Amino acid sequence: MTHLVIQAVLAATVLFFVFNLAALHTWMERKQSALMQDRIGANRAWIVFPRWLAPLNWLLRSFNVLGLFHPIADAIKMFTKEDYIPPKGDKFLHTLAPCLSLFFALVGFAAIPFGNTIEVGGHVINLQVANINVALLYIFAVASMGVYGVVLAGFSSNNNYAVLGGLRASSQMLSYEIAIGLTVMGIVMIYGSLNLQELVRAQGHYLFGWLPLWGFVVQPIGFLLFIAAGIAETKRIPYDAPEGESEIIGYFVEYSGMKFGMFYFTDYLETIMIASLATTLFFGGWQVPYLTQAGFQFPWGAAFALAPLTVSILQILSFVMKVLFFCWLFMAIRWTLPRFRYDQLLKLGWHYMFPLALANVFITALILLMVPK
Amino acid sequence: MIRTKTVKRPELNLWEKLYFPEVFRGVLLTSKHFFKNLTLHAFHAIGLFRKIAAAVTIQYPEQLWKLPGRSRTRHRLTKREDGSPRCVACMMCETVCPARCIYIVAEEHPDPNIEKRPKSFDIDLGKCVYCGFCVEACPEDAIRMDTKILDIAAYSREEMKLDMNELLNPTIAKAISAKP
Repeated sequence: MTHLVIQAVLAATVLFFVFNLAALHTWMERKQSALMQDRIGANRAWIVFPRWLAPLNWLLRSFNVLGLFHPIADAIKMFTKEDYIPPKGDKFLHTLAPCLSLFFALVGFAAIPFGNTIEVGGHVINLQVANINVALLYIFAVASMGVYGVVLAGFSSNNNYAVLGGLRASSQMLSYEIAIGLTVMGIVMIYGSLNLQELVRAQGHYLFGWLPLWGFVVQPIGFLLFIAAGIAETKRIPYDAPEGESEIIGYFVEYSGMKFGMFYFTDYLETIMIASLATTLFFGGWQVPYLTQAGFQFPWGAAFALAPLTVSILQILSFVMKVLFFCWLFMAIRWTLPRFRYDQLLKLGWHYMFPLALANVFITALILLMVPK
Repeated sequence: MIRTKTVKRPELNLWEKLYFPEVFRGVLLTSKHFFKNLTLHAFHAIGLFRKIAAAVTIQYPEQLWKLPGRSRTRHRLTKREDGSPRCVACMMCETVCPARCIYIVAEEHPDPNIEKRPKSFDIDLGKCVYCGFCVEACPEDAIRMDTKILDIAAYSREEMKLDMNELLNPTIAKAISAKP
């Protein structure tokens, strides 16, 4: 019973943070792009109370100035807009598609470990919603199911442009699934596990006694390819040929209101998913360099004892910071690069990424065979 | 014989074809702007370095763009020393106006030295093209376009019309009425 409660609390916490981070991504998108382009960004959605509540206004002021209420304004707009279903479209599938997309984007987070085990009141809690021993396979399986939502959205709209967008999306996602699957093979071979918690623990070792043995140290090419293919999975610029909001219009042309919002939300969730995967696989997950369960132990001999709870909090913070860094990086890439043409996109996937990832796997295998354990 | 000029397109070298280094360079450039502006915004928030702008944005209704001295903006009618309009209702501006947005009704001036004065002087800003011909044509320097009023908006065509009183006193900038 307590086990169930603990799992429910963990799941609720992860959902809470993921949802809020995804909503904040709309704010990040606006503000970061504005700063990158020497602008100010959206700052007009103000909440101002009458004069007799002046202290509240004073508290809200910085939120107002920073434009932090724009996500709320967005939500109100999305929920109050007309929910249009094309008269000749498939009503059931049209409604099902965004739900499928959102669902499969969300369930992947169950397998992401965001901290080491902590002990609370005699219970040892593994900071991971579901400790699956093939977590990596599970995440990729769930992520590739997401393409169903996209294709169904295209087909059920009864719109040629939507169908074409859905087809573009499916071929792009299938192509990059292969590349992304191969890029992480090197990591799996080196650390010898598909369990993400085990993978993160294995990254706590040190090369030459001082260099953290994180994924990107041993798999630099794999890391770059993973980032490149991962952004393709999120269907955001530069790989936004399936959506192409401004001109080639994609699979969600016929969606309005919150159903469109769900697709939009899925993009952000997938970005966070790829960011947390990149953190877990290549940036040591919740590992903090030189931090053991007993406290800091630096390679030059210094040591600094810490309480177990402090260590856990530091580790969770480290995970969150790394994920935020990757979210920032993806946003920076999204606002820097132009879109790939469709043929360039598939060529990049099949002609460059796939062979490179394959070569990476072979070279890793050779090195692993030659280097004695 | 038609001579054609072949434009040589820039060839990418291997380093650029690798794509990753160029992506890195691009992201470096944009994130340089990002961090510069972020630091500046942070400093502005605590009241430092206000002189260095962190953004080129002009926050429009609160902050107005400085107009060039010669820009043509909403019209005004100039006054004599006693406050009456300088206009002598010669109809030059009404005649020259390409948009035909000026409507003058003339009447006799009480002063025998001046022939006429406008009984009414209306400008339909909905039609005006801001060419400035009326200012050029006026022999009496009675109409000018130097009020620096640019935010002219209304919910109906009627509200876009200005009468003589409004033209003589440009400080009465018409407020946009509530939506009818």
